[in-house]
Amino acid sequence: MPNTKVLAIREEREKRFTGAHALCAGCGTPIAVRAVLNAIEEPVVVVTATGCLEVATTRYPTTAWNVPWLHVAFENAAAVASGIESAYRVLRRRGVLSKEIRFVAFAGDGGTYDIGLQALSGALERGHRFLYVCCDNEAYMNTGNQRSGATPIAAQTTTAPVGEESFGKIQRRKDLTEIVVAHRIPYVAQASIGDWYDLASKVRKAISQDGPSFINVMTSCPRGWGHDSNQTVKITRLAIETCFWPLFEVEDGRWTLNYIPEEKLPVEMWLRPQKRFAHLFEPQEKTELLREIQKHVDRDWERLLQRCEVSAGASV
Amino acid sequence: MNKQEFVQGNEACARGALYAGCRFFAGYPITPSSEIMEYLAREMPKVGGVCVQLEDEIASISAVIGASWGGVKAMTATSGPGFSLMQENIGYAAITETPCVIVDCQRWGPSTGQPTKAAQGDVMQARWGTHGDHPVIVLTASWVREVFEMTVLAFNLAEIYRVPVILLLDEVLAHLRENVTLPVAGELEVVERLEKTNGRMLNFGAGAHLMITGMAHDETGFPVQGEKAAQHLKRIVGKIEEHKERLMRYQGFYLDDADFLVVSYGITSRAVEAAVERLRAGGVPIGWLDLKILWPFPDKLIREIASHVKYILVPELNLGQLVREIERAAAGQAPVAHLGRVDGSLITPEEICKYVQDEVARVQRVCL
Repeated sequence: MPNTKVLAIREEREKRFTGAHALCAGCGTPIAVRAVLNAIEEPVVVVTATGCLEVATTRYPTTAWNVPWLHVAFENAAAVASGIESAYRVLRRRGVLSKEIRFVAFAGDGGTYDIGLQALSGALERGHRFLYVCCDNEAYMNTGNQRSGATPIAAQTTTAPVGEESFGKIQRRKDLTEIVVAHRIPYVAQASIGDWYDLASKVRKAISQDGPSFINVMTSCPRGWGHDSNQTVKITRLAIETCFWPLFEVEDGRWTLNYIPEEKLPVEMWLRPQKRFAHLFEPQEKTELLREIQKHVDRDWERLLQRCEVSAGASV
Repeated sequence: MNKQEFVQGNEACARGALYAGCRFFAGYPITPSSEIMEYLAREMPKVGGVCVQLEDEIASISAVIGASWGGVKAMTATSGPGFSLMQENIGYAAITETPCVIVDCQRWGPSTGQPTKAAQGDVMQARWGTHGDHPVIVLTASWVREVFEMTVLAFNLAEIYRVPVILLLDEVLAHLRENVTLPVAGELEVVERLEKTNGRMLNFGAGAHLMITGMAHDETGFPVQGEKAAQHLKRIVGKIEEHKERLMRYQGFYLDDADFLVVSYGITSRAVEAAVERLRAGGVPIGWLDLKILWPFPDKLIREIASHVKYILVPELNLGQLVREIERAAAGQAPVAHLGRVDGSLITPEEICKYVQDEVARVQRVCL
């Protein structure tokens, strides 16, 4: 049972990112941001890349941020966080600052998978102590739903249109989490707003590392994905249950699977409720493409099971 | 048969590119230019071209340069922040004499600024954004049909002079929808590659041993230093400077009997047009010079007109950019004033009328 002091601290932390911002109803990103900031005990400095999160939370004359907050350009959240963290280390060394401060960078999939990948890679390789959170809603939603390196195959976007000759994005998404793992940083995880508790515990692990950490969080964009605004959590949950977006973590190179569905649902159940995949089911079902997508999911899942040394059919 | 259509500025740009024979587009989403890529993502494949979204603007312009050497007309479109990222490779396109078109839908800057607000703040960046002396052609437009025409012209000039050509639009024109009749096939001149090029451009696969480098080089493509490097630079800059007169594109109104002159370009010309008509109707001897090409700058034209007017006004959506060039070219023959606006809104005809009327009253007082 938490005492009043604990409750007061929690309340304080909840104020780090307040409501009444202008993000759309049902947007998954603020859910991720609040979960991340609530899970950190130390004072936090936040850096955000360009995106919906930046634009919609800081509209004059209000701000949703009750923490020191810095927005940079689209491509360099990780680089700016590197600079802040380095300055902090200098001040600590000089004895000007003594308290523990944590640094978190938030960016979308566009700002992480694509334009910000170079800055992220550099910061991870240099070993700055900071947490980078990618709020992955699988396309450039701030500019009106253009495809990104995170957009799954067959999703409709404005630059991967659906027509008589095309079925949306033709390429598969890149596995960013695995790219980050290849940097051999202390902590890498994949999480989702569909599992709040899992996300919060990953943040606590990440922030305690003496080095870079990274969490790729699936969020949803009701407008871009094409679902009702009250379905956000359910849709992201379906991504977990179909194993399209498995929850796992990699600590010092050790892979751990955090959740195995009791019954692995067909990926179709995740695709069907989203309008961006409607062309897979109407006017007639594109069975071959659906089979192909299921095959991708199955193969990736098998590979993940092997990495985590879990035999198929086991449960966590 | 020409038909009337309700067309957005960005769509007119995309359609102009297809009309000009552009068969490769590479871009990165950015407000207010994204509709150009979105349109081409749908339409480019239908004409056998490629429209590809890249991971950032540096990659976009690089792919455009690659495609141009690969043998097709190529374009990218962006806005301020992306235009800033492209600068290094605009210089590369200039030194390698790569024909390509870069559309910059200007928005309020610097940095993220105001993505959905119009500005004319990239005029100097378009000329001098990349480092070193370099050739570049910068065009602009004020009407939706003109966006189409200038896009076609941009491709033609890129092919003829083998330079990067920048088309400066702005947020309002990019998103403006107008009832227009767009050119039909054959109506506008389209310069094909190899047709009239300044030094025949060979593409990869054309049988020659091509060596393309951003180093200073001679005509064989081998890196050079000293006097040869100077010759290289003078030649690539000279090919634009020496053809300045031929490149001029402008429209003059009431210039013969004008005491007062307004010089404008881009979206601001729309307000000037209305203001000039009103002022003329009110008996003010005003003239208007509407510039369609900003770089190379029409020095001689400005110098000539400045010799017979009493006053020049330059309205711009910035804190003073092209006005500096006009002041320099006018060389003290007439005072040059700047009417700037940077609150994200357009300059209105009323603002221009009031400014001119106040000035007319002041001049009359002085004369009395």
